[in-house]
Amino acid sequence: MDIFTQQLINGLVVGSIYALVALGYTMVYGILELINFAHGEVTMIGAMVALSVIGILMGTAPDLPGLMVVVAGLLLAIPACMALAFTIEKIAYRPLRKAPRLAPLITAIGVSIILQNLAMLVWGRQYVSFPAVLPRGQHEILGAHITDLQIVIVVLSLLTMAGLWLLVERTRLGRAMRATAQSREVAELMGVNVDRVISATFVIGAAIAALAGVMVSAYYGLAHYYMGFMLGLKAFSAAVLGGIGNIAGAMLGGLLLGVIEALGAGYIGDLTGGFLGSHYQDVFAFFVLILVLVFRPSGLLGERVANRA
Amino acid sequence: MSLLQVQDLRVSYGGIQAVRGIDLEVAQGELVCLIGANGAGKSSTLRGLMGLAHARGKVRFAGESLAGLPTHAIAARGLALVPEGRGIFGRLTVAENLAMGAYIRSDQAGILADAERAYGIFPRLAERRRQLAGTLSGGEQQMLAIARAMMGRPRLLLLDEPSMGLAPLMVAKIYETIATIAAEGVTILLVEQNANLALRVSQRAYVMESGALLLAGSAADLAANPRVREAYLGD
Repeated sequence: MDIFTQQLINGLVVGSIYALVALGYTMVYGILELINFAHGEVTMIGAMVALSVIGILMGTAPDLPGLMVVVAGLLLAIPACMALAFTIEKIAYRPLRKAPRLAPLITAIGVSIILQNLAMLVWGRQYVSFPAVLPRGQHEILGAHITDLQIVIVVLSLLTMAGLWLLVERTRLGRAMRATAQSREVAELMGVNVDRVISATFVIGAAIAALAGVMVSAYYGLAHYYMGFMLGLKAFSAAVLGGIGNIAGAMLGGLLLGVIEALGAGYIGDLTGGFLGSHYQDVFAFFVLILVLVFRPSGLLGERVANRA
Repeated sequence: MSLLQVQDLRVSYGGIQAVRGIDLEVAQGELVCLIGANGAGKSSTLRGLMGLAHARGKVRFAGESLAGLPTHAIAARGLALVPEGRGIFGRLTVAENLAMGAYIRSDQAGILADAERAYGIFPRLAERRRQLAGTLSGGEQQMLAIARAMMGRPRLLLLDEPSMGLAPLMVAKIYETIATIAAEGVTILLVEQNANLALRVSQRAYVMESGALLLAGSAADLAANPRVREAYLGD
């Protein structure tokens, strides 16, 4: 089996999930210049809600096809995450709209801790496993294996990104979002209800995060109350890599980060003569983050250097 | 009855009062200017009217009170402000900027027709409609800002220092456009430091100083007033 091709495929799969989560960070940053650290936890809640629904359905209607059960879980996780993000923005961030930038940032960290603890109370400290209900077909391309699930993850991610792109570039709401990101005051003068646009931004990001949460738990076969932390940090790194505030940048950054991480994990053993194993894969995301912050703080596609910190 | 009636308007930023209780009126179809030195409170008056700055006092527009309304709701009632410094969306295209001006409207056919009309008035914008607005020159951006405000079919157009920072030729072009818009029956309240220009196109004028009204009257009378000539017209 070709390690390079295999790790490239694995990286693209994980990277497309990072990209989806990164979109939520970058859209909110683009409008509010706020790093919404609770976004990783919204993703985790999406996975947990979906798993609960899947568990209940499997208990009450064992004859339902597995795919349908998972889709039902996803369809409930999405509105749950949307409602959660709407509430977070309204009660935690909106009152601080005119406060110094540090205040909402610290609040975001607080919200993230609250959500982790709530999830621990509701779903427990132990890993929740994703039941093996999905089809497990496998295909071979260029000497590497790709599973049905991996194909579905990549295709759904790309479709979601394309949909978001159309929304932002081609619709009235998307135009209002871009205008609001440039000047809240002038957008208001045009008659845009900026509060509503900001809510919409959080809610759209959360819907995408719910999808990512279900995908990541299906892919690794488990979910955990703490999973949003690392996923969120990596997605944030991906957003910074692509240029925070830039939607295409988040997509590119996510995919790149996934590939860098997978290739790094695939070769780190060889490179260090077996001293470091593939479980060091998390190092790569943060190594990339540091390199970007040192050499190109505006990210790959970012136009403006973050000079307003 | 006047379209805009303002009584005892006070605008403050933090603890500082920028406008200390002014009364003014603009009748339907009128072009009224508000002139005065830098820092007299002219822009603050407009910002107060639009709800962008903390304002107290009575503001009635078409008989309805605007008190306490958020800016977007005031815009939806038909007040459009072309802000000082133009406030165009630099990372949106020219066409998208115009579309933002029509945000409160939903009659697609009318919006398209109005955009074409704007391109007719400003051929420079038509040539650059797919270009990012941030790449336009200062004068072109001012044209775009006015065209964008007109896309909302405002009942009252508020213009804040439209001549600021522009070359004389461009200023003449902008003022020609303002006169054309006024001739079409659009009501305009114009704020301008360049009193000469403003008095020439306006029917009536108010003179502001240190947050209060100093004088009011017809533009012709004020242009002939020795005090105004000395203080604002450079005689």
